[in-house]
Amino acid sequence: MRNLSFILQKEFRQIFRNTTILRMMFIMPIIQLIVIPLAADYEIKHLSISVIDQDHSSYSRRLISKLTSSDYFRLVQYDNDYSKALDNVGKGKSDLILTIPAHFERDLIKENSAKLALAADASNNVKAGLGSSYAVQMIADYNNDIREEWIQLPKFVDMPQIQITTSNWYNPHIDYHLFMVPGILAILVTMVGSFLASLNIVSEKEKGTIEQINVTPIKKYEFILGKLIPFWILGMITITIGMIVAFVIFKIIPIGSYLTIYGFSAIYLLAVLGIGLLISTFSDSQQQATLFAFFFMMIFVLMSGLYTPIESMPDWARYIANFNPPMYFVKVIRAVFIKGSSFSDLLPDFLKIIGFAIFFNGLAIFNYRKRSA
Amino acid sequence: MAEVIIQNITKTYEKGTVKALDNVSFTVKSGELFGLIGADGAGKTSLFRILTTLLIPDSGKASVAGFDVIQDFKKIREIVGYMPGKFSLYQDLSIEENLNFFATVFGTTVEENYELIREIYVQIEPFKKRLAGQLSGGMKQKLALCCALIHEPKVLFLDEPTTGVDPVSRKEFWEMLGRLKERGITIMVSTPYMDEAKLCDRIALIQNSKILDIDTLEGILSKNKQNLFAVNSDKMYQLLKDLRAYPNTISCFAFGQKHHLQLNSGENSLKSLLPYLKQKGHTNISIKAISPDIEDTFIKLMQDA
Repeated sequence: MRNLSFILQKEFRQIFRNTTILRMMFIMPIIQLIVIPLAADYEIKHLSISVIDQDHSSYSRRLISKLTSSDYFRLVQYDNDYSKALDNVGKGKSDLILTIPAHFERDLIKENSAKLALAADASNNVKAGLGSSYAVQMIADYNNDIREEWIQLPKFVDMPQIQITTSNWYNPHIDYHLFMVPGILAILVTMVGSFLASLNIVSEKEKGTIEQINVTPIKKYEFILGKLIPFWILGMITITIGMIVAFVIFKIIPIGSYLTIYGFSAIYLLAVLGIGLLISTFSDSQQQATLFAFFFMMIFVLMSGLYTPIESMPDWARYIANFNPPMYFVKVIRAVFIKGSSFSDLLPDFLKIIGFAIFFNGLAIFNYRKRSA
Repeated sequence: MAEVIIQNITKTYEKGTVKALDNVSFTVKSGELFGLIGADGAGKTSLFRILTTLLIPDSGKASVAGFDVIQDFKKIREIVGYMPGKFSLYQDLSIEENLNFFATVFGTTVEENYELIREIYVQIEPFKKRLAGQLSGGMKQKLALCCALIHEPKVLFLDEPTTGVDPVSRKEFWEMLGRLKERGITIMVSTPYMDEAKLCDRIALIQNSKILDIDTLEGILSKNKQNLFAVNSDKMYQLLKDLRAYPNTISCFAFGQKHHLQLNSGENSLKSLLPYLKQKGHTNISIKAISPDIEDTFIKLMQDA
């Protein structure tokens, strides 16, 4: 164990000498936490809409002004030829086409029903789906408005009505920052743990310094611990910086306890360090390790529920996500930050993360032994 | 007493398709300065890696200072110093830090063994705050030797320590090895430079994963007496072609300004050479009998093998 302290001294000396890594350690959380929550907003606004008005009636105009007065739609074209609108969609200038047929007003008043056509550019399915559903909602709303005008309301409504009021718990204003910031924190910690640690170990291989280490009495576990401990500490520092940034910029503080967050981070970092170690046993150069780490990171991020909810994934993807350590950490961090979950609420996740830590480290050590007998 | 014993070591790579060492056996005596001489890719580094417990041989046995390289690898790691062919110290640590690090992991201090490295260390001491990555080739080698020596090893393995080092530093380096030998350290050194062979007590010539010969330099040279001549004329390229075409020629190679010609031992082989060359139109012909040096011998052994 005496050796370990010398190895740690050496590692820290090297890390502190590598100003790029240090700068990244501070800048990465700050930039990512500032930029991504602002950019990754799920609400779709400012959709371009083309309106083909073949009716030119007061009702059609009212519908158009209803749509465009919201923040959601921007009128880019007002025309009476559908093919021209389609042309605009083809050029990417317009996302939606609303066609108001001739005699819209007449039909609506005389026959008590009228038809509208809504076409959406589905090359971006999120825009198309959300855009048309917004439009449908607004048209329904418009429909209600005119009906209400026509009906002579009695003093008491005798028509049975269901009115739904929603309230958003934990995040009453659906604040995306509150949702994204803790998630990004989780991903940052994953990066530091798996990426930096594996690159560091592989660089010893690449530069050949591991040869020199291997002919000394340094034991393998001392060498590995000497690598893992510094990055474990760096990971804990990253999460601390991240929480400071979250507070300073977004005024987000966890509702739950810091102790729960640090407790989970400590164990979770062990798991991702295990992944980093595993990557390092597979690769001989930093290039290979970067590719491996990048591959893992993509899966980690996209299947962690950070951007898209796990629940909306197909069954097979959900199955894969269950084996994705960051998914649990994202979930836990969010729960502690937003809901104030306590340690006992999250015990099942805690156990799973411990499981991952044992699994990945075990696999890495097994593989490490096999390859460098 | 044998310090390093190698018995029938075979090592292959790429699932047996590439042979690095083929049934190699020899011993290095205690306190000896032993040279392993061979071209690039001959198998020198593989052998060093086996002896320093970094590589496991496919078959055969080896021991260093009485410890088996497989069973007692931990013991070996405490008593050997290894300087790999590629500079393998931490480039982002300074001279001082590298030296201290390796001293401490061997459970010693720089002060304790300073006497051993003093002579080498004083040369790089003025730069001790400089990062190892910023040192010149010769200084890197000196630092690497210091680091390999800092725990007072019994056996020192130096893999091509002078490759890529300037002639002056090379000379200094060998002088240092000589003094280390006087302290009783067994040294095994590999080199692609034939001229360094004469600085070793004994040498092993290695080629294509096989040992060609092991002996003192004189022993090898006297065993391989050759009918050797240095020949030159005005038209050197044509001369080489003609000499090779000469019926009594065993081999002929260009050696700097002259061609080294090995003739068979026939009575007339030398006598008829001059008329033969004149007939071929060469002028200013000079033929001188020479005693073969290590390079000639190496080429001969390579051809015989």
